[in-house]
Amino acid sequence: MTTATLEQVWVALEGLTDPEIPVVTLRELGILRDVRSGPDGLVEVVITPTYSGCPAMGQIEDDVRATLESAGIAARVITQLSPAWTTDWMSEAAKEKLRAYGIAPPHQTTPDVSVVRFMRRPAADPVACPQCGSTHTVVSSQFGSTACKALYKCLDCQEPFDYFKPY
Amino acid sequence: MSATIDYLLHLADNAVVLGQRDAEWCGHGPILEEDLALANVSLDLIGQARLLYQRAAELKGDGTTEDKLAYFRDSQEFRNYTLLELPHHGALVGYAVADRDYATTIVRNFLYSALMVHVWDALQTSADSTLAGIAAKSLKEATYHLHHSRDWLVRMGDGTDESHTRAQAAVNHLLPYTEEFWTVSPAETAAVEAGVGVDVRTLRAAWDALVNDALAEATLTRPQVRGYVPQGKVGLHSEHLGFLLAEMQSLARAHPDGCW
Ligand SMILES: [Zn+2]
Repeated sequence: MTTATLEQVWVALEGLTDPEIPVVTLRELGILRDVRSGPDGLVEVVITPTYSGCPAMGQIEDDVRATLESAGIAARVITQLSPAWTTDWMSEAAKEKLRAYGIAPPHQTTPDVSVVRFMRRPAADPVACPQCGSTHTVVSSQFGSTACKALYKCLDCQEPFDYFKPY
Repeated sequence: MSATIDYLLHLADNAVVLGQRDAEWCGHGPILEEDLALANVSLDLIGQARLLYQRAAELKGDGTTEDKLAYFRDSQEFRNYTLLELPHHGALVGYAVADRDYATTIVRNFLYSALMVHVWDALQTSADSTLAGIAAKSLKEATYHLHHSRDWLVRMGDGTDESHTRAQAAVNHLLPYTEEFWTVSPAETAAVEAGVGVDVRTLRAAWDALVNDALAEATLTRPQVRGYVPQGKVGLHSEHLGFLLAEMQSLARAHPDGCW
């Protein structure tokens, strides 16, 4: 194990992708939050969970550790809950990659204004079909193949597709 | 410190017990989409429970773990609302799997998530910063659970005669159990005094508004509730919790230090 510069650690982790959506990196998704020097001088890699029960989180942590180890970098991995992960951290480039992969990217989350927000579901912006671009789409279920996705169907090209839910 | 631990266990037990109940639909959902939805709701709840148990174990500092807290406590040590341990059917019905009633599942999830959006919202400013962090995440998840259960409540209530009858029966059966929400336990009082917890009584008007609005849209009637107040959150449970825990805990207890 050698003392790596923070930049080297970022580079080593750059190629790590989400276990369930292998076209976007942990950094692009906002799961890899920070690489910093700890109080004792050891490098700290900070990650944050997506959904509380996301089964991929264990895999993600293992991937980070294994990558650091194979690069010969001594570091500790810290899981941090606050501030809570949000899909708003996803870069535009990451959203474009999701679309190309067949997953409609998340809309911006609506800022919480008051308790009234819980009453009825606000009229949502249309979700565009990642296959044909049509916004003539309908939700099949708010819960899809993974915790972070909803099921939609395109009424023009008839393709079912996943929508990465705003969180 | 012990006030915070007791409060964390109350929140965690709520989440794990309902997570276990809803997971019973996995592979048995009325339609594929709902099978997936309930499994996802359960996953969120069990994830919330894990974070809360981890925090409680950390504060206990006696070497306990999230698994010990979930799998090696007995029913009288659980602090969940009685509402959440009830089977997926009304009173006086047998135990057969075929008796599971989706209206009961939906109404329970609605009544609970309508409370939890307000609880998590308030706990974002808890004096325990880890709990505040868990609350911020859980609020996002509970909002999806609320929308899911509310959508189905309206669909069932304002649906066919059969679905309306079942939804109304589920409301009549479950609403009395919500009286427990508003009777503050010693653990809750201590947590409120420590700045860690929220006084649930301050959330009642907002919960009532949510419930009345949804029932009206669903063309359902809100029954009069009076009398019996369950006491699950002080450890006095119905006969159903023991069976639920026996199933949930059996694997961990058969292989106490198992690792996989
Ligand atoms: Zn299309």
